[in-house]
Amino acid sequence: MLGSTYALLGIGLTLIFGIMKVVNFTHGELYAFGAYMMYALVMLAGVNFLVALPLAIALGVLLGAALELVLLRRLRGADIDTTMLVMIGAWIALQNAEQLAWTGVAKSINTPFPAAPLVLGPVSVAWNRVFVLVIALLLIGITYLLINRTKLGRAMRATFQDRETAALMGVQNGSIHTATFALGSGLAAAAGALLGPVFVAYPSMGDLAATKAFAIVILGGLGSIAGATIGGFILALVEELGAGYVSSGYRDAMGFLLIIVILLFRPTGLFARKERIG
Amino acid sequence: MKAALTILLLLVLATLPLWLDNPYLLHVLVVTGIFIIAAMSLNVLLGYAGQLSLGHVAFFGIGAYASALTALGFKLSFPFQVAVDAKPVWLAMLMGIVAAGLCGWFIGRIAFKVRGAYFVIVSISFAEVVRMVAVNWVELTQGPMALNNIPPLAFGNLAFYKKPENYWLVLATAVLCYVLIRRLVHSRAGRAMVALAENESLATSVGIDVTRYLVLATIVSASMAGAAGALYAHYVRIVDPDVFLFIYTVTMVIMVITGGKGTLAGPVVGGLIFGLLPEGLRALAFPPETQWIAYGVLMVLVVYFLPQGIVPALRR
Repeated sequence: MLGSTYALLGIGLTLIFGIMKVVNFTHGELYAFGAYMMYALVMLAGVNFLVALPLAIALGVLLGAALELVLLRRLRGADIDTTMLVMIGAWIALQNAEQLAWTGVAKSINTPFPAAPLVLGPVSVAWNRVFVLVIALLLIGITYLLINRTKLGRAMRATFQDRETAALMGVQNGSIHTATFALGSGLAAAAGALLGPVFVAYPSMGDLAATKAFAIVILGGLGSIAGATIGGFILALVEELGAGYVSSGYRDAMGFLLIIVILLFRPTGLFARKERIG
Repeated sequence: MKAALTILLLLVLATLPLWLDNPYLLHVLVVTGIFIIAAMSLNVLLGYAGQLSLGHVAFFGIGAYASALTALGFKLSFPFQVAVDAKPVWLAMLMGIVAAGLCGWFIGRIAFKVRGAYFVIVSISFAEVVRMVAVNWVELTQGPMALNNIPPLAFGNLAFYKKPENYWLVLATAVLCYVLIRRLVHSRAGRAMVALAENESLATSVGIDVTRYLVLATIVSASMAGAAGALYAHYVRIVDPDVFLFIYTVTMVIMVITGGKGTLAGPVVGGLIFGLLPEGLRALAFPPETQWIAYGVLMVLVVYFLPQGIVPALRR
């Protein structure tokens, strides 16, 4: 269940980095945004849970598109450090805006699922977790189809491989960037909207999500969607094993240790083909 | 002319506690001074060596913890008995600097295998791992309970309890760091760093040992951040894992970028602005979140409109 949402986060981030060469520090805030939109829609506006979920994701897509148009559009061609600084600024501003809007108190979101778990032989799983897993896998599948089967997806892959040639072939770099950022943001918001009701929504939830997404992407190799999917499941596994065998206090440190270890011993990531050493 | 101005400025700064009869403002200045030292140290890496290190607060925190722990003494029973008795504070502060410098050496050795975005992420990860160790290793660090009753710096009968003494201490350290960085930048090693930042392949081709100079920059930078941390620990006299929060790294980065990275005066100017600005905002009774929102927005605006920072813009 965690693995599938981690994979969603990782795919979004890896798309944005691979295609736009932007290290997206606002990724975690989009995740928090998704969770808070679920809270606002379900708990405050009284919208049906199943209607609220696509709405929250759509709002995430819109916010992503807006961020790209307002902040990143004019920075195209700037070096990676400059965009990174802008994204960090946006991250700090967004996170504190969330804190201001929703206060620091954690919000829980009700789900319509029965409290009794689903029992399958020796295993019992809560229904809402089954739901999260199914929807997350569905979204991963849709993303794959979008990238591999549609015209937009082909344009994205072309931009990823060679920006100039793609532009010469008539691909509008600008709109591809907006679409990529919106898609990546939508996936992050979806992860938040799915996990928010399982746990709780709080303002700094995005920080951990962002660093985990970085860990996943580094694990899988920047720009590799398959890598990000597998990386998501590996990170969830490592975290659970680390929490079980080492100490639960270090659960969230596992992702960071994983980043450091991977970069030391296999700096290109597990699945990437590109050189990443400067 | 320039020398006269410098001397005048130093005189004003040095005599400040004598005519400024406002303990709160003096406290703000001490904390600002500590942050300026940290920002200056970050500038060595960010401005001169051209590496965006976002784990800088780790060195600050390691300096603070190492110094506080040496001054308080500690006992560890795992995996074998280690006991350190309380040491004099000046020795403890040196320990803080050395510990931070060693960490800088270690991290520099391993982190400079990668560049750009990867280096940034490794540096953030490093700071987060250190923070989690500080939270979870309760036996050594007291975890979230924090290290309390850290003694202030003392030589014989002279103890740095009050604000004016601490102000002078911080000022002296800041001036020392400034002079050291200035000497470093104008030395052969400094020129090598700038060459690396501007064009790494070209610098390598004329025989500059990349890793060696980057590690050197990290050690210098980390030791100075450690010194700032040690000053902080013995001034505030309580250290908790929150010193490792990412937001402090962001504060230092904003100070350097706004003031002008790669200039000697940049971090000082940026540090003064962002050290004193929150106090001005507080007087207007804004909630703290607005301060951070303003920081974030300001960072974006500075990158758009003053990409070189204030000091180079004024010089032109």
